[in-house]
Amino acid sequence: MKIPIYMDYHATTPVDPRVLEAMLPYFTTEYGNAASKSHAFGWKAEEAVEAAREEVAKLIGASAKEIVWTSGATESDNLAVKGAAHFYQAKGKHLVTCKTEHKAVLDSMHALERQGFEVTFLEPEPDGRLDPAKVKAALRTDTILVSVMHANNETGVVHPIAEIGRIAREAGVVFHCDAVQSIGKIPFDVDAMNVDLASISAHKMYGPKGVGALYVRRKPRVRLVAEMDGGGHERGFRSGTLNVPGIVGMGKAAELARLERDAEAVRVTALRERLRKGLEQELDLLTVNGSLEHRVPGNLNVSFAYVEGEALMMAVKDVAVSSGSACTSASLEPSYVLRAMGVSEDLAHSSIRFGLGRFSTEEEVDYTIRLFGEKVRKLREMSPLYEMVKDGVDLNQIEWANPH
Amino acid sequence: MAYSEKLIDHYEHPRNVGSLDKNDPDVGTGLVGAPACGDVMKLQIKVSDDGIIEDAKFKTFGCGSAIASSSLVTEWVKGRTVEEALTIKNTDVANELNLPPVKIHCSVLAEDAIKAAVADWQKKHGREPSVKPNTVQGDRSALIEKGVLKSGI
Repeated sequence: MKIPIYMDYHATTPVDPRVLEAMLPYFTTEYGNAASKSHAFGWKAEEAVEAAREEVAKLIGASAKEIVWTSGATESDNLAVKGAAHFYQAKGKHLVTCKTEHKAVLDSMHALERQGFEVTFLEPEPDGRLDPAKVKAALRTDTILVSVMHANNETGVVHPIAEIGRIAREAGVVFHCDAVQSIGKIPFDVDAMNVDLASISAHKMYGPKGVGALYVRRKPRVRLVAEMDGGGHERGFRSGTLNVPGIVGMGKAAELARLERDAEAVRVTALRERLRKGLEQELDLLTVNGSLEHRVPGNLNVSFAYVEGEALMMAVKDVAVSSGSACTSASLEPSYVLRAMGVSEDLAHSSIRFGLGRFSTEEEVDYTIRLFGEKVRKLREMSPLYEMVKDGVDLNQIEWANPH
Repeated sequence: MAYSEKLIDHYEHPRNVGSLDKNDPDVGTGLVGAPACGDVMKLQIKVSDDGIIEDAKFKTFGCGSAIASSSLVTEWVKGRTVEEALTIKNTDVANELNLPPVKIHCSVLAEDAIKAAVADWQKKHGREPSVKPNTVQGDRSALIEKGVLKSGI
């Protein structure tokens, strides 16, 4: 077993060796520009790009012509949200999203607000899921876009996307779905889920960083204003020379995901459950944040009450995880995702996100359980809150000198 | 985040973790911060008849910097008089541990914990607290006003 152990698969994933192998020739021997139409170097590159496009399309039930290459999911989210808003603004200027979206969507929405658009930010339920009825109630005659992610990056909670998509479709509103955390992990089908625009990232599914895609529906046709002007690549949606090796890698990653996803989901879910049950056996006062039932296989988001998340991460530095604690951000505010779900601030400060994936092992999980057990107990021995609770003090009854 | 060796040493080998009897008339207890802010420090001092702090213990809920800051001040206050302990400033703690800017509030909390512990001990002895703790943790505008936080952070 290699130390440190990587358990942060939501942040990024290692490139699968099979993906790397597929990419390598496109750096050195097949280095043509896919836009060079006049010679064999260009044709080879274009051929590879189109094969990759087929693979990505196949993974999500789309046709290849509906896939637009980007530099990653942040760009895909920006292009989808701003591009659709700008194209359809004559029809209306109202947009609907959820408070727990990724910052790439939320900040795009905020940018649009500054341009005169109006955005409704819906609250998720306490289990982290967005109630489709809330989407329906939020729609207005001037609503032009609904954007809701498939799986959340902090909690792994899976939203009822098919229903939300159906509501948007019936209302004639474009539906964008940031599917970065779910594609390759659980089934995602653009037709079954009534999705018009979908953001995809390669490096979250064992492909390389710096490449992503946006699915853009053709029937009924969804239109966008391009964010990037230039040579008119990608049918004018996204100018810029294509990252051929990256795209080849993303294609290979999509192929592997299509072939191995279901078996991998079973294996990773078993690891996740082993981790959860192991931690629960080892320690008391744990809370799993978000629905366990509606969750991507590799995610476990746990609050270790009375222990601060960053202190815990320092203590378990052999295991790479992340925390919703304020101390891991510069803002001094704990996770906005957990807060929007109604998780109390102290438990948000105490949260740890475990991300398991393709290369995680039982041995690593068992080591993690033991390490967390030991370190949480040590930090709780040091925690005045744990001492007070054990003495029977109700922390909610205390008037803290300075609650913000 | 890159932390100084001293900070990591105090975090990994915290000094004086534990509790003193809060009902002992010679013990002063300071509890500052709030769980919602992600930091709570409990600092206890045991003061001898001639006003010297002969023992100090802490328990802290908070990040590594908060734990290290409290550990450090328990070492610093021991052997000092109560008046001397009150001269310890947050900037001394921040400099000693080389706290990054976003962690300065941890040192503010440590200074406040000393003030609160001393005030509690003074109260037990029928004296007016010589200084009032002014916990500003989590309150951005107060931190900015105190000059411990730059507005951009």
